[in-house]
Parts: sequence; structure tokens; C-alpha cells
Amino acid sequence: MIITIASGKGGTGKTTVATNLAQSIGSNIQLLDCDVEEPNAHLFINPTFANSETVSMPVPEVDEEKCTYCGKCAEICQFKAIAVVNENVLIFEELCHSCGGCWEVCPEGAIAQGGRELGVIQKGYSNGIEIIHGRLRVGEAMSPPLIKKVRAYQNPDKLTIIDAPPGTSCPVIASMKDADFVLLVTEPTPFGLYDLKLAVGAAQILNIPLGLVINRSDLGDDKVREYAYQEDLPILLEIPFDRQIAEAYSKGEMLVDFMPKWKDKFLGLHEKIRHLSSHQTLNTKH
Amino acid sequence: MKELIVISGKGGTGKTSLIAAFASLADSKVLCDADVDAADLHLIMDPFITTRVDFKSGHTANINRNKCSECGLCLDLCRFNAIKDGFKVNHIDCEGCGVCVYFCPEKAIDFPENTCGQWYYAQTRFGPMVHARLGIAEENSGKLVTLVRQESKRLADEKNLDLILTDGPPGVGCPVIASIGGASAVLIVAEPTLSGIHDMERVVQLANHFKVTAMVCVNKFDLNLELTRDIENFAQDEGLSCLGRIPFDPVFTKAMVKGQTIFEYNGNSSAGKAVRKIWNIISKSLNL
Repeated sequence: MIITIASGKGGTGKTTVATNLAQSIGSNIQLLDCDVEEPNAHLFINPTFANSETVSMPVPEVDEEKCTYCGKCAEICQFKAIAVVNENVLIFEELCHSCGGCWEVCPEGAIAQGGRELGVIQKGYSNGIEIIHGRLRVGEAMSPPLIKKVRAYQNPDKLTIIDAPPGTSCPVIASMKDADFVLLVTEPTPFGLYDLKLAVGAAQILNIPLGLVINRSDLGDDKVREYAYQEDLPILLEIPFDRQIAEAYSKGEMLVDFMPKWKDKFLGLHEKIRHLSSHQTLNTKH
Repeated sequence: MKELIVISGKGGTGKTSLIAAFASLADSKVLCDADVDAADLHLIMDPFITTRVDFKSGHTANINRNKCSECGLCLDLCRFNAIKDGFKVNHIDCEGCGVCVYFCPEKAIDFPENTCGQWYYAQTRFGPMVHARLGIAEENSGKLVTLVRQESKRLADEKNLDLILTDGPPGVGCPVIASIGGASAVLIVAEPTLSGIHDMERVVQLANHFKVTAMVCVNKFDLNLELTRDIENFAQDEGLSCLGRIPFDPVFTKAMVKGQTIFEYNGNSSAGKAVRKIWNIISKSLNL
């Protein structure tokens, strides 16, 4: 089973929910940190990263000996990653999406596959939790290819929890796709609500069942609850604002460790998710 | 003309609330929301939209089943597994590379341009504003960011305004790179948490990589004084100026709920005083 934890707005507590859920369940679990621009889950899980792998994506490399400067590669490229100017081929590899068009179209077989470094994937363990995260190379613009590579580590025999990036565009979709359940973490403020609606839209486009966690649930107003009620979205957990929680978070301490009563609440959250996702599957089958 | 971009790396550190507060303090400026993925500045600015323009970018393949001979070449060529059984293109997976379109022997694949969102010219009680809405699940937010920044500059030129205040996106990827290139200065809003420091360090690296002058301020500083000092020491070691500390103050949330800046809600709050000090330093350093 795959649970993706997303939010729309940043800083609502995705990583808090992802890490505490993983820690509460404690075994046969993997946590994939797909917020590859700013991966933070490891700061709470504290794993020993056993291995680190540099990953890249294919980009064109032109053999000028074979090239006849016909310009077909520049013509097929939708991303303006190749330009042919007189007898020069210019490659802007940071714009390349690795679609393979140029090497398919080249009549001379003059284009080889080089690589552009996307970042690293690190894998480690802590207390029965397998954690895998991607770290986008600073300066690299595209995160979805690295997110897909992190997700290639999904193990169907384990419960997979995915910590998604904020927003609602391609990196979020890459983190939600094919999940069995999307858990949206929000806060009861106008910004929280507006971005929550966008995130709900994203999960609905992908047709994935979803539920909400309201963090800092006693700050702000009641509009998030009203919206959830109107749209029939289940609120699965509320975490009130508590200065002690905020201070512990700042030091990288996990809620379930310093306030053990929260462990049962996160286990209850997991039960509700299991129930909702299996219920949804039954509905689709009927 | 000067352009100040507020970014943070980590989300939720207070970028938008801070830009809104600056809007209360700065004279003649254009407001620009470059967080097109999850734009929130309009929730405080309450803009009156005067012009709406569709944002078109990229293409999506569409197989015309009447012409398709089901040869399967497109399935082999597509590196994004976007063509499913029954020769239907999954629009979410389609990258818009056009490789299938180019090679289809029957010329059976259409390639219409996508409308990915909208961008707006608007009027607010603090002056003109440019903002946008990227469609859910759409790509190319970097291009839309570039566009709203260009339009903000044009507007500032046209109206003879000397400052653009830009609310940036979280992260260090495509939209952030598009937000900071060529800016007069970047203000990084850090928070004193392990995540906040980790993310700030990456965004400082990014600013250095693109050679943009960065300044730092610490929001919610009293949540962890030790980490606040770590942030300031890091900034000093990197040669960045530290503009000040803003306390954790519920006034930000209260103002937001009312659709106000913190100065409209309560300018004498402790956060308000701290933000005013920070703004004074910024406006001096930008010669406003």
C-alpha cells in the first residue's frame, strides 16, 4: 500500500505527519522522501545512510565527426535544447527532457546519450524504518525525473509512505501518482484552505481517495472544517498548536517520542486510512 | 528599478505574510506573486482584476483513432509511457515532446497547444499587482514565473514605479530558479528549525550559484534561540547580511484571517516592530 502525504501549502506539517506515522507503525515500512528540492524527513528519522547513488538523465552528445548539420535534431526538439547554427551544434542540456527525439531522428547516428546529473539518492535504516530520499542537485531545475527514480525503490511488500513536495504542479503529481491514498495536511487559515482546495483537485484528477489532517487546528478559523464538511472529505486527525510541539519540532524531535500518547493517535490514523482505501477499492469493484 | 524577491527554501516560513507587510510600508511599487503553483498573496491583497490572459505553454499529443493503423511505433518511442492500451494518450503523463507526432507514419497524431493557466493584471489598495494561477497538475511553472516577472517589470516601467515586491515559491527547483535570475536582491526568510536551516543552506547555495545578492532574516526566532544564532552565523560565514529577527507572533495568523497585512491589523505588535526595522534596512540597501 502506498500513502502519499501532500498539502498544497508548504510548512503545514507534511514531514511531521509522515515521520510520526512511520515511527508509530515501526516495522515493515518504508518512507520515501520525494520532496527532493528540500528533503527533511531524515532530520527526524536520523538514519545511517548506507549508500548514496548519483543519478542522472540522458541528454544528447553530438559526434561532430559524423554530424552533417542537417538540423533535424533542432527541428524535433520541443524544448529548444538543441540549436544548429551554421556548422555548429549547440546543446543546452539543462533544457533537455530526455525524450529521445534527437537520437531517434538523426540520420547519421551522430547523437550519443550523455548524462546530466540530477542529484543523489540515499538509502538508510533507523528503528525498522527504511528511508530513501532524493536530493536535487542545487542548480538543477527539474525534480520529477529524480522523484520517479526515488519511487522506483517502492517495495510492494512494505507499507510505503511518500513525503511529497508542496504545490500542485508536476512534482506533486509525480509523488501522488499510483498511490492508494492521499493524506492532505492543512492548517485552518485562509492560505491553508486555498491551497488545500488545489491539492484536493490534484488528488481528484488522479482519482485517488483522500483524507485530511488539520495541523495547528486551534489557530485560524473554521473555514477548513466547513469546506471538508461540504465536500464530504474526512478529517482523520487534528493536531492542536502547542508551543512545546513547535519547539521540539525545531530540534528534530518527533511528537510520538516526546509525547507518547500521540502514538495511538497516529496508529488510529493508519487504521482509518486502511479502512477508507479498502472501502474505496470495494466501491470501484462493484 | 529594483526587484526584491522573498524566498525561503522551506515552505510556510512566512514569505507571503512578509511581502504583504512590506506592501504596507513601501511607496510606489508593483506587487508580483511568483508562487504560481499555490499563489496566496491575493488572499490579503484582494485584487480587482482588470485583465485576464490565458497562459499557453507546451503541447499534448492526441491520437486520431480514425487515422491510426495501430502500428505501435508510438508506444515504442514514448519514453514517458504516456500512450496506453487502446492507443489513448494519458494527458498527465504526456511530456509534450512530440516524438510520436513526428514519427507517426499515418500522421494520425494531433499536437494542440496547452492552456496551462491564467495570469492577471490587477489593482489593489497597495497599488498594481501581477499574479497568476497555474492549472492543477500543469507543467511549466518556471515559464509562468518568468512571465509574471516580465509583466511586473513592464508595468513598473509604464507607471514609473521604482520597486517590484515579489513573493517567491518554496524549494530550489524550476520555479525558484525562474524567480531569482536577474533580481536586485533576494530576501531569504529562515526559521530556526533543523528543517528550516537545512533548506535555507540549499537556497543560499542556489543564490550563490546564480550570483544573486541574498539577505537573510529569521522568522519565529524565539522558538529556538540556539538555531537562530546558527542561522545568523551561517549567513555571516557566507557573507550575507542578516537583517533581523521576527518573533513568533499570532498576529500574522490573525491578520491573515481578516485579509489584512500585520500593519493594518496591529502595527504596534512585536512582530510589526521587527518587520518595520527589517524593511528600513532593505530600503536603505536598495537605495529606495
